[in-house]
Amino acid sequence: MAQTLYDKLWDAHVVSQREDGTALIYIDRQLLHEVTSPQAFEGLRLAGRKPWRLDTNIATPDHNVPTTKTERDSGIDGISDQISKIQVKTLDENCQDFGVREFDMNDVNQGIVHVMGPEQGATLPGMTIVCGDSHTSTHGAMGALAFGIGTSEVEHVLATQCLIQRKMKNMRIRVDGDVNPSVTAKDIVLYIIGKIGTAGGTGYAIEFAGSAIAALSMEGRMTVCNMAIEAGARAGMVAVDQTTIDYFKGRPFAPKGEQWEAASAYWASLVSDADAVFDKEIELNAADIEPQVTWGTSPEMVLGVNACVPDPEDATDPVQKAGIQRALQYMGLSAGQNIKDIQLDRVFIGSCTNSRIEDLRAAAEVAKGKTVAKTLKQALVVPGSGLVKKQAEAEGLDKIFIEAGFEWREPGCSMCLAMNADKLGQGEHCASTSNRNFEGRQGFGGRTHLVSPAMAAAAAIAGHFVDIGQ
Amino acid sequence: MKALTVVKGVVAPMDRSNVDTDMIIPKQFLKSIKRSGFGPNLFDELRYLDEGQPGMDNSTRPLNPDFALNQPRYQGASILLSRANFGCGSSREHAPWALEDFGFRVVIASSFADIFYNNCFKNGVLPIVVEETQIDRWFQQMAALEGFSLTVDLPNQKIIEDGGQEVDFDVDEFRKHCLVNGLDDIGLTLQDADKIKEYELQRAQIHPWVFGQIK
Repeated sequence: MAQTLYDKLWDAHVVSQREDGTALIYIDRQLLHEVTSPQAFEGLRLAGRKPWRLDTNIATPDHNVPTTKTERDSGIDGISDQISKIQVKTLDENCQDFGVREFDMNDVNQGIVHVMGPEQGATLPGMTIVCGDSHTSTHGAMGALAFGIGTSEVEHVLATQCLIQRKMKNMRIRVDGDVNPSVTAKDIVLYIIGKIGTAGGTGYAIEFAGSAIAALSMEGRMTVCNMAIEAGARAGMVAVDQTTIDYFKGRPFAPKGEQWEAASAYWASLVSDADAVFDKEIELNAADIEPQVTWGTSPEMVLGVNACVPDPEDATDPVQKAGIQRALQYMGLSAGQNIKDIQLDRVFIGSCTNSRIEDLRAAAEVAKGKTVAKTLKQALVVPGSGLVKKQAEAEGLDKIFIEAGFEWREPGCSMCLAMNADKLGQGEHCASTSNRNFEGRQGFGGRTHLVSPAMAAAAAIAGHFVDIGQ
Repeated sequence: MKALTVVKGVVAPMDRSNVDTDMIIPKQFLKSIKRSGFGPNLFDELRYLDEGQPGMDNSTRPLNPDFALNQPRYQGASILLSRANFGCGSSREHAPWALEDFGFRVVIASSFADIFYNNCFKNGVLPIVVEETQIDRWFQQMAALEGFSLTVDLPNQKIIEDGGQEVDFDVDEFRKHCLVNGLDDIGLTLQDADKIKEYELQRAQIHPWVFGQIK
């Protein structure tokens, strides 16, 4: 029977099918970070259990590491937030105690788990990949089944290398045609979320397909799959093609020699069969997509940059109407206001959505030779990993940013969720390349607008959003 | 894990859709390396008027009088009623930890985000999906009647109103079994250790590159 990519990945990992419809699924790779792992390691300790396999786990601290060079240079002891320090230290200690491979805070390989994994070839096509982080969906970009789990499941995977799962439904979202030059992977995924809503993918594994997706680089596909969770889907994925295989060649943990030949031949089969049936199919036209900006407090509250903020009076559903009203109040915006007129206080370029080398190149291209608007309090560029930072510096991107007035930081999650010192003040508007615009996400009372790296850079220069297509 | 069979309790409202995990427990509290003590910071940004930080004495912080959980009529509530897409956002298990630590054993909504839904069952919290029209009715009844309560009977999969009307709900058999008996599912999975080892042997033959790369 014809199978979808998700069906193939699922079938290859079933250890045992149970009568109640659930299955024991084998997990090939677990990524660990400091925030959602301490209680899992503690659980193992209390139960007297050991990790089932060591060669499957890889850890790095990312969520609350400081991003200033001075703090980082002094190592863990230099972390000024005492509670963060304990958490980062606890990860180091747990990895040592249990024998888990870790890239510690100042290792050049350290980075945001979802940047580090693919970059190292630690996450590969055909794998099942989990992490105690919802943006694990990122790794689906390489033709893998990757999804976020809670801490109890982190412990479950450490102890058993398996998870009890019920198979999700299949959804395919096709984006066909050519996008306009100013439209990036981030705009594509924000547009999709705007169309299907933040619960549109709940219960589904989404395969992103169509010529506009196939035309994306691996970095772009990761940006799209990263935000599958913002459409409600735990897992997003893209079929394997030559772009995928080329990306992994020569990466540190990728197979070599004969194993490379066997692996890449297998990976090439990781595509949905031509006659595979999806439970739901959505087709979108790439040419309809404009550069996107979120105006509200949910990623589905998104519009093209040339649009106006919606009027709650136009909503027919009372719950939706109340939602728009609350969002406008929180965001300090008025109905009908031009999105381009929103004045910004800070700009953040980074996060597991948009901190890879391609993202930094796109932002630098816009920023080159320009100056950050005087009205801005801060414009941050936070590379996704030590290796991305190194590569960017080799290309001179750091200098472009610094000369334009951006701050060039050390790798970590940073202002995406503001667990470290990088955060918004109350009422401040931020153009952010991250993935969530929830109330308080980037700081107490902070107001987030999700955008692409090119838009963030352009907005930093102008002090407000601009139609980068013009 | 705390077992859950029948919960009878006051129902508290969270009358909005898309209640996200950042709202349930803001990120600054995720720095804890423990899995307990999150209750005082449940819905922190809505519940208090100031910015909460870990280690603060929450009893001295200014409360938001407009927030339902601060109102006398909802004190001691063990059932939370909300709307679509409850628990969207991050995978943080701190969200069900905070709800449970506060005293909520049941969350009723018209839909849940997948990861949150799953995390609840690992922590003695029962998420129940109920139709939006029924949820509307309960919101109205709750507004009209102080002390509005419901009985949730997990073994029989029923929500029972004080007047005796019943609403059936669905729950996965295995999850129900674990929750009713307070079972740790790692122990259950390890009963299949032989099957896991057999799978690994077969897999290592066909996909050897999945093994031994990370040392």
